[in-house]
Amino acid sequence: MKGAVLPRPAADAGADAWHDYVYLRDNPRGAYEEYWHHTSGCRRWLVVSRDTATHEVYACQDAADAKAVRA
Amino acid sequence: MRYSALSIFLNGLFGNRNWAAHWRQPEPKPHYDVIIVGGGGHGLATAYYLSKTFGIRNIAVLEKGYLGSGNVGRNTTIIRSNYLLPGNNPFYEFSMKLWEGLEQDFNFNAMVSQRGVLNLFHSDAQRDAYTRRGNAMRLHGVDADLLDRAAVRSMLPFFDYDNARFPIQGGLLQRRGGTVRHDAVAWGYARGADAHGVDIIQNCEVTGIRREGGKAVGVETTRGFIGCGKLALAAAGNSSRVAQMADLKLPMESHVLQAFVSEGLKPFIDGVVTFGAGHFYVSQSDKGGLVFGGDIDGYNSYAQRGNLATVEHVTEAGKAMIPALSRIRVLRSWGGIMDMSMDGSPIIDRVHLDNLYLNSGWCYGGFKATPASGYCFAHLIARDEPHETARAFRLDRFRRGYVIDEKGQGAQPNLH
Repeated sequence: MKGAVLPRPAADAGADAWHDYVYLRDNPRGAYEEYWHHTSGCRRWLVVSRDTATHEVYACQDAADAKAVRA
Repeated sequence: MRYSALSIFLNGLFGNRNWAAHWRQPEPKPHYDVIIVGGGGHGLATAYYLSKTFGIRNIAVLEKGYLGSGNVGRNTTIIRSNYLLPGNNPFYEFSMKLWEGLEQDFNFNAMVSQRGVLNLFHSDAQRDAYTRRGNAMRLHGVDADLLDRAAVRSMLPFFDYDNARFPIQGGLLQRRGGTVRHDAVAWGYARGADAHGVDIIQNCEVTGIRREGGKAVGVETTRGFIGCGKLALAAAGNSSRVAQMADLKLPMESHVLQAFVSEGLKPFIDGVVTFGAGHFYVSQSDKGGLVFGGDIDGYNSYAQRGNLATVEHVTEAGKAMIPALSRIRVLRSWGGIMDMSMDGSPIIDRVHLDNLYLNSGWCYGGFKATPASGYCFAHLIARDEPHETARAFRLDRFRRGYVIDEKGQGAQPNLH
């Protein structure tokens, strides 16, 4: 488990943007998207949509596909 | 009422019918000088020291559930001050010193038991790391003893010393570490704070923070609006949600940590022991149950319950250390929500509003810090300057690059 799915800032985006990206989190109670690494299976990185209050998993897709969706 | 041997004797004579309640059940007043959000260990300790030591009397503690329903009643009751880094060590040692005088101070039996905390090591590299940590502790005036294999074996003969992968080579012992009856800490602080005039308001959830001109003027709650002079947040695993009410985004994730207790056994493990080759810590309660835990589950959660994969992982680590554990039965397991900060260290700081104070980021080490956290937070609220042992716990340390990363993991909260 790697953490929240966040858009990565550009390399020259500045200290504030990078501070926000590296350290600050919305940390919601409820719907949440995060990266999981399927280590004991296909070893793909996945985007898992999950509820942090109930542990219910809504959806899961390959991170490579998900990138295009979000951009 | 002050507790003493005499009061127990006299009340016993009258069939124990005359004991008064530990604390009142007050209705919220329209305004308080200080409102503390969160009636857990840290919030109650803050109220206690604010009222007793710093002389502020008009205080409310708002708790969304009942006292002790959060992490103060869900931990493995361990206290220790065996930290490496200079930002952490004096603070946790201050906490240990407060533990040592706590029961006399708040006149309540919290069963503080300095039975020793032993960290096992299993390799040369780990011995070096523990030696370094032990030396750092001693330089800060904290007790630390490095034990070799024979010394550990004489203390705890039934461990698996010749495990093929993780032979036990010795351990770092802090004799002043130990355990405390966790619920009694909440009750003792609540009773002490109440005696100094603090209103402890249970079943009162904060739903919003009302602001005017860069200041917090009060909180919306399930029991109506309550005004405040200063607002202090000590909401542990729900810190991000409360901070969000003031448009503050924290360097924090909430994760679930499980803990376990076994059936009652005859005296088996005297102190607290931690396994160095996996994350496992165990002690034996006075009732005889083994109280143990391991890593957090690893994914963000507000659910106060964990998954079976972690149960298996923790018990496997325990069995690798103590083969006899395979015969015991687990009675209960439960989960608590940890405020995992981005560097594994806490935050005690003023934040972006003039009168808003934050106490958070305790990861899964908050219980041992309860007295010092309360004291240092009260110091900050009363005097608007940090206590000398808590100066490093700034919120802006992430931006400035002064993180306190005891484990060296980087900005990955599920690894701290």
